[in-house]
Amino acid sequence: MPVKVIIPTPLRQYAGKQDAIEIQATTVAEALAGLTTQYSDLRKHLFTEDGKLRNFVNVYLNDEDIRYLKKDQTPLHDNDVISIVPSIAGGSHLRCICS
Amino acid sequence: MSLKLADQHLDSIRAHGARDYPNECCGILLGKADDNAKQVVEVVPLANLRHDPKRAQELLPLAEPARESERNRFLIDPLEQLKVEKHARARGLDVVGYYHSHPDHPARPSTYDRVHAWPWYSYVIVAVARGVPKALTSWVLAEDRSRFKEEEILQLPSSA
Ligand SMILES: [Zn+2]
Repeated sequence: MPVKVIIPTPLRQYAGKQDAIEIQATTVAEALAGLTTQYSDLRKHLFTEDGKLRNFVNVYLNDEDIRYLKKDQTPLHDNDVISIVPSIAGGSHLRCICS
Repeated sequence: MSLKLADQHLDSIRAHGARDYPNECCGILLGKADDNAKQVVEVVPLANLRHDPKRAQELLPLAEPARESERNRFLIDPLEQLKVEKHARARGLDVVGYYHSHPDHPARPSTYDRVHAWPWYSYVIVAVARGVPKALTSWVLAEDRSRFKEEEILQLPSSA
């Protein structure tokens, strides 16, 4: 079934400069596999070398984090929207905060 | 590339850094980008999810929780991020970058910043020394992820 995958700004350069891509898939895993087959440069930004979704990548189905659904086996319905949400984290120096 | 920000945007980032001191603050930069520059249209302050260590640890575990906290780490709630992004898209804006503060630390990216950085985004850092905002810089990750490149900040007069 047709679903839409929303591509965040830093990854558009690897996805033909598009901000959203329509894919035929029945699960989240299938959708992401379809996407990275079509745009292979996206693969290393989304998956580790052994094919697992990177820690720094959040995937939302509509407004829900797939971690709390059935992860990448979450089933899809017509016109679902999958959002790739990059994990945004940082910091300063490492210090002892025990004092 | 350069990053164009109005006075009011710089003021709002500095004020957020001072307000959340001694913790790290963070927020999103919304705007428009072409091949030469990113123009910030709106600065959206967000909560540092490291304030809620349990939830933050679930989303992005820290290697040394005894030495890492909201004092020296930030994490943006992905759901908040998604909401801001959706709202922005509806108005024809994109996420062009993020900002965070370095309490009592220079405005230079840390190794932790680099490891967690995404390509293309502008990462603005404001140093806050004893509660007072100091240097403000902007950085873009190098293509090979080996370092950050400092980016020119073009300060524009505030729009009315
Ligand atoms: Zn930092």
